[in-house]
Amino acid sequence: MTPTRFLLLGVGALAAATASAGAPAKASQAQIKRGEYIVNMMGCVDCHTPWKMGPKGPEPDTSLHLSGHPAMMKMPPAPQLGMPWMAAASATMTAWSGPWGVSYTANLTPDPETGLGKWTEQMFLDAIRTGRHMGKGRPILPPMPQPAMKNATDADLKAIFAYLRSIKPIVNKVPEPIEPAAAAH
Amino acid sequence: MSLKPAALALPLLALLLGAGAAQVGGPGAAPGAVTAPGRGGAGPQLPARLTQTGLYQAGDLSRIAPALQSFSPQYPLWSDGAAKTRWILIPLGRKIDARDTDAWAFPVGTKLWKEFTFQGRKVETRFIWHPNASTWVFASYAWREDQSDADLVPEAGKPAAAELAPGKWHDIPSVTDCRACHVNGGPPVLGFTALQLSTDRDPNAPHAEPLRPGMLTLASLDAMGLLAPPRPDLVASPPRIPAEKPLTRAALGYFTTNCGTCHRATAQGSTLGAVDLAFNHLAAAASPREEPGWATTVGRVGKYTLPGEAPGGTHRVVPGDPERSALLYRMASRRPASQMPPLGTVLADEAALALMRKWIAEETR
Repeated sequence: MTPTRFLLLGVGALAAATASAGAPAKASQAQIKRGEYIVNMMGCVDCHTPWKMGPKGPEPDTSLHLSGHPAMMKMPPAPQLGMPWMAAASATMTAWSGPWGVSYTANLTPDPETGLGKWTEQMFLDAIRTGRHMGKGRPILPPMPQPAMKNATDADLKAIFAYLRSIKPIVNKVPEPIEPAAAAH
Repeated sequence: MSLKPAALALPLLALLLGAGAAQVGGPGAAPGAVTAPGRGGAGPQLPARLTQTGLYQAGDLSRIAPALQSFSPQYPLWSDGAAKTRWILIPLGRKIDARDTDAWAFPVGTKLWKEFTFQGRKVETRFIWHPNASTWVFASYAWREDQSDADLVPEAGKPAAAELAPGKWHDIPSVTDCRACHVNGGPPVLGFTALQLSTDRDPNAPHAEPLRPGMLTLASLDAMGLLAPPRPDLVASPPRIPAEKPLTRAALGYFTTNCGTCHRATAQGSTLGAVDLAFNHLAAAASPREEPGWATTVGRVGKYTLPGEAPGGTHRVVPGDPERSALLYRMASRRPASQMPPLGTVLADEAALALMRKWIAEETR
């Protein structure tokens, strides 16, 4: 295949992006189901839904489905690890510490202020492709498997986005990441 | 509580750590983006080589095509110290729609080139093309080792195109990265604006290049009849940052280029999500405090928290106190969680940092 080495951008594309901003994507049920399948298969819940202790052990708190690290949690300083130990995770699986600092998993629900509610489908695709927040901001930090996800097809990423737009919005303002102490100045 | 073992697979984590570090730049870096199969497959085709784009006369690298004009924005974008040369082609008989001073509209057929040189070697030439009314094309050409021509870079970009310092590499951006700045609620052309071409040039603008004979300015554009309608007002009263204090003028000018393409005020508000933060110059601003770069930063709490401060307690600019200003901290950072701008640079702009430190200390109270 001849590489498609350029992207056409124009009034049509801009209009489409503008039209979808802040509004639910027009997704079919089949697309949403496909997105749900991918989200479940890829284990997005493992980190984007807080875990709690259930009767049979740790389990995701389904009442907080994909709402990210709970803003109300007051986290103590991350543990200092020595090699070969490199990273640590909170019991909720939503806060991670490593050489990059401390990262908190994002709220993927369609809440407009704290989740993906104002994201466009294109923003989501750009974020996954580039590894940058909203496709143009800071790098998406570990342990998000973006380096693997970026290889997904447009159709699969759009299906994921369609599913994420279909779930219950949850207000949860996830904290910003924290830099490693040694880097701060 | 015990942890879920499956989610703690360290090999995966190690893989993620490695990939994340490489993305910052380096010889083993993954491309900045990989586009999905079939993306952007239709439409005008780009030439395979730079010499086929119309930049040079008969493909002769020593002769720029006579229809092109060179220009030099008064507030250049920081590109890690690259020497940059720029040209524009306005098709014969066409004009720039200059009714909106803040947002010129360019005629079909417009082309722009920007050549990047590091340590005396040409590394890439970026190319913008407006082939029809509904399309803008963004591409880059990577120069060959022998400097004989430059080849079209894949849509995913080309990492590690030139080493700038030990462990610091210049990446040729992906098309998605191009879009991050050029398709953002404003005109797709960023460096060719009324403010940038003003004849009232800021002598304190970091990294500004002197105008060379023949370079386009507002005056020459108007004299050549390339603006529609004619804008003699921009010649008689050249656009400038509305600040009498030189540091403020230079700081706000720097912002508009280096920050205002993403953090941009529009009629709908900021274009970067819900962030109430903008840096782009507005022709209607009559004083520094009316410029978004001042109004949304000085004395304003941001979402970023400096180390050691309580969440929600960090101001973007603390009047008179550069060291407690998130803006300066993030401009100085090249770490993933805090770097600003987050793309297009791997080296902090020391000249701009000195300017901002002095501006905040002396002119923001």
